[in-house]
Amino acid sequence: MARRRGRGIASVNYPIGMNLGGDPSQALVHSNPGGKFTVALSSIDLGQGMKSVVRQICAEALGVPVEDVFVDTADSDTGPHCMGSFASRGTHRVGNAVIAAAEEARGVLLEAAAEKLEVDAADLVTDGRGNIHVRGAPSRLITVADASAAAQFEQGRTVSGRGIFLVPMSTPDPETGAMDPVTCYAHACTVAEVEVDDETGEVEVISIEAAYEVGRAMNPRLVEQQLVGGGWMGMSHALWETTEPYYPDRSHGPTDFNQYLMPGPGDICEQRFTILERPAPDGPYGGKGVGEMCSTPPIPAIANAIFDAVGVRIDEMPFTPEKILRALKEQGGAR
Amino acid sequence: MSHVTLDFRLNGTGRTELIAGGETLLSLLRHRLDTTSIKQGCRQGTCGSCTVIVDGEPRLACITLAATCDGCTIETAESLPGPGGLHPLQQAFMDHFAAQCGFCTTGMLMAAKALLAANPSPTREDVVDAISGNICRCTGYQPIIEAVLAAAGAGPSGAGQPGGSRPGVV
Amino acid sequence: MEFRKDLFANERDDDLNEVGRPTQRQDAQGHVTGRSRFFDDYALPGMLHMKFARSPHHHARVRSLDTREAAQMPGVVRILTSEDVPKKVHTLLILLDLGPDDEPPLAFDKVRYRGEPVAAVIAESESAAAAAAAKVRVDYEPLPAVFDVEEALAPGAPLVNEYHGRNWYDYNGYDFRKIRFGDVERGFREADHVVEERYQMSPIEHAPTETGGCIAAPDTAGRYVCYTNTQALFFSLETAARILDLPSNRLHFVGGTVGGGFGGKVDSVHEPLALLGAMLTQRPVRSAYSRAEEMQVSSPRGAERFYVKDGVMDDGRIVARYARIYFDAGAYSRLSPYGAVKAAAHMPGPYYIPNVWVDARCVYTNRTPSSAMRGFGVTGADFALEVQMDKLARLVGMDPMEFRIFNAYRDGDMKAHRRVTKNAALIECVQAAARIADWPLSERFQAMSSTRDGGGERGVIPPAPAPGPGPGKGASGRRVPPAGAEAAATTARPPAPADAPTVASPARSPLAGRGRMSSLLGTRRR
Repeated sequence: MARRRGRGIASVNYPIGMNLGGDPSQALVHSNPGGKFTVALSSIDLGQGMKSVVRQICAEALGVPVEDVFVDTADSDTGPHCMGSFASRGTHRVGNAVIAAAEEARGVLLEAAAEKLEVDAADLVTDGRGNIHVRGAPSRLITVADASAAAQFEQGRTVSGRGIFLVPMSTPDPETGAMDPVTCYAHACTVAEVEVDDETGEVEVISIEAAYEVGRAMNPRLVEQQLVGGGWMGMSHALWETTEPYYPDRSHGPTDFNQYLMPGPGDICEQRFTILERPAPDGPYGGKGVGEMCSTPPIPAIANAIFDAVGVRIDEMPFTPEKILRALKEQGGAR
Repeated sequence: MSHVTLDFRLNGTGRTELIAGGETLLSLLRHRLDTTSIKQGCRQGTCGSCTVIVDGEPRLACITLAATCDGCTIETAESLPGPGGLHPLQQAFMDHFAAQCGFCTTGMLMAAKALLAANPSPTREDVVDAISGNICRCTGYQPIIEAVLAAAGAGPSGAGQPGGSRPGVV
Repeated sequence: MEFRKDLFANERDDDLNEVGRPTQRQDAQGHVTGRSRFFDDYALPGMLHMKFARSPHHHARVRSLDTREAAQMPGVVRILTSEDVPKKVHTLLILLDLGPDDEPPLAFDKVRYRGEPVAAVIAESESAAAAAAAKVRVDYEPLPAVFDVEEALAPGAPLVNEYHGRNWYDYNGYDFRKIRFGDVERGFREADHVVEERYQMSPIEHAPTETGGCIAAPDTAGRYVCYTNTQALFFSLETAARILDLPSNRLHFVGGTVGGGFGGKVDSVHEPLALLGAMLTQRPVRSAYSRAEEMQVSSPRGAERFYVKDGVMDDGRIVARYARIYFDAGAYSRLSPYGAVKAAAHMPGPYYIPNVWVDARCVYTNRTPSSAMRGFGVTGADFALEVQMDKLARLVGMDPMEFRIFNAYRDGDMKAHRRVTKNAALIECVQAAARIADWPLSERFQAMSSTRDGGGERGVIPPAPAPGPGPGKGASGRRVPPAGAEAAATTARPPAPADAPTVASPARSPLAGRGRMSSLLGTRRR
């Protein structure tokens, strides 16, 4: 009887967004007279950081510091329509809508500044620190706050913008399945190392090491949050979780967290990640989405690592000690 | 239903409340006294989202009878920030990006606070043990453990170094 | 976490000001102080609570429903039954013109899964509502139930959902969504090895720390407000408006701060009934899952089943892939018809395979309706495909990473759903993973790239096979009523090669230890 180590891999791609029935999201961006911007959405932040990501995207597109932007969501009276937060669509769809809205608002802002500076708006640039100046002449400047105030109190302009991003519906061809499921894919490859106790059937995940291609990491800390938490969920799906331990038998269903098993803080493993960025041609600054794909590859990687360790294939999730022991027994022990 | 009078201190303020005999601490604090940092995640005593500190001990408010807290001192996350701003644990949770959806966060913070009060220099195993009754579905626990260790390392005056986040942007 | 900025550097400007920075989250301070407002933090004065009487049966006819005793219980204000619901049968995807309506917000003539709500009790407290819900008397006539997707497709299986009239979702007159690409039969004939395996997902609970729920209340101007933790604000609003037969601007939804979702908070089950309660009582009404309900009544990740049959050459090329996918929708569609399409579109994975045949079925069973979860349609598919890839790599004696690089799709390759691959990066991900994991890769595979050597012959839609019985049922794959579980299984499976199966038994077969799996291995050497 022994604890045996094994490594397994999995490589995957992930479709960004959905196409069914069309997939739009909208955004409104507007400035108060002090040059501080609000993004109004109806998109949902479930913890994935949607508010924070689109805040950075909006600041980038406006050319103002991120401190000067806040995201207000979700109120159906003030936020325009969004399909919702699912299908890894938030960064891509909402991000693009916010860019469109921010660019329109920026256009008005630069027009207002141009009128004050008596130059052509096309000759103006923002410095990302709250100023607008003539290209090549940083001293000929006006602050975003002054331009915004002038627009609203002197020129009668609304410093605001509307944006929508729509991926139109794609209907699969009934005969061939030809379709446009999505417009871009993210990618990943995960290596899992496990230790399998061939006496108890227990699996300990030693490490998860993975490369993720995300288009553009909009905020590396938020990407890391998804990868670490998603890696944990993948490991949890692989080894612990089920609402029906003897599926398809509906009995034995867990009804609390003592029965519904997930790895606790003492069960986690070391996780290391490498990030690749191949910008999506239609992504906001190339961004794709990483929220869902990160929980997927650990599952097959762990299954393959278990085989590498003890020579049994567990093709039904989750890979419980019971299933592993039964398979080992049938095989006549670990190989 | 019989009612009893309960005297206790909540976040530094003395309170006297008339409570029903079977009333839980969760019901009293969250539903009647609007201490909404206490989250209701399972009401089975299995998720830890309602963790509060009663006389220095972490307790699950959902399975604690309010009547057992007569004369007790109760702390919730509302009491964490000090005059100088956020509590070092709160700052460390921010710096380590230890909150995603935020629902388990206040319970985690109270479990961690009780730990650090009893054991100012915990090992990683101590931290794991202290938060093992608190479910987090988002983070994978790693940043939470790191945040608690950093807050402990920084002592009462401040938290560990931010891991690259931009100070001042909230 | 490290960045490989050296890769794809020529496709990227790294001169951005705000995007790409590790900026603190906008919501972090709210989360650590407990000031972030979740739906349940909007508790209103005079708020009532809603709890459900639920079916104890997996499948039963409802002979009668008697709420009189429940109505007499202390604290009860109102009891809702199907009679009170303006639109008695609904389906979520009707918003996207994907019918039919197939799910009653409150069951009336039949219950189709254990835990299905038949009445909603609104009372002054949650405990009063729960106590009264237990007093709702329902005369049930239990019916035979079916829990397994393949059993549900067998003739004589109990009909789960009359609104579909059969136990599968109809896709354009077919019982499955199809992908047809190349000539999978020829691929199997020409392959050095043919492997078919079976993979089974488990139903999995989203388990957000905050259970699903909402608070609905009368507002001004004849409107109603709903504080909700939906993942899709307008989706839930429009669903509620349809079920309540109200103009959508009579509803005002507030949300956006949600204690985890993972796909489980799209179903919009609480909002319509809490709003109905608020309309009928003119008081705020809260409805939320208990933890036990969240685990057994709220929709789980579906129990998907995959049969993957591959033809592979000795040199490692995969030349054909046939996937049969069974999506277990449970008793009602919710989002599953879409998930099955997503799974079909995901085949054959991020690889270039010249011959692909996919049948993806959405099947109804007497189980809790399943719904979207993180990786909807993809997680189960990737579990099946990537374990299969490991088996294939070992079968042909290749390193599993090199095997994947060898078969990876590249820019210009035609995918099975007939779109050209662009922006691919799988090869680079495998190479980068090998580097951080210290996994040795030979130079030949380190030199490969997603941007080179794709397209050309790999970029064209291959000719369709000559007419004849394909792996499906008849040349067109048109649906025929299943003639029996066994018959259905055999007719839906590509015929085995003429000289198969001669199962080789290597000392350490990649397929060893499968226990009672019913997968079929045919392998032959030329």
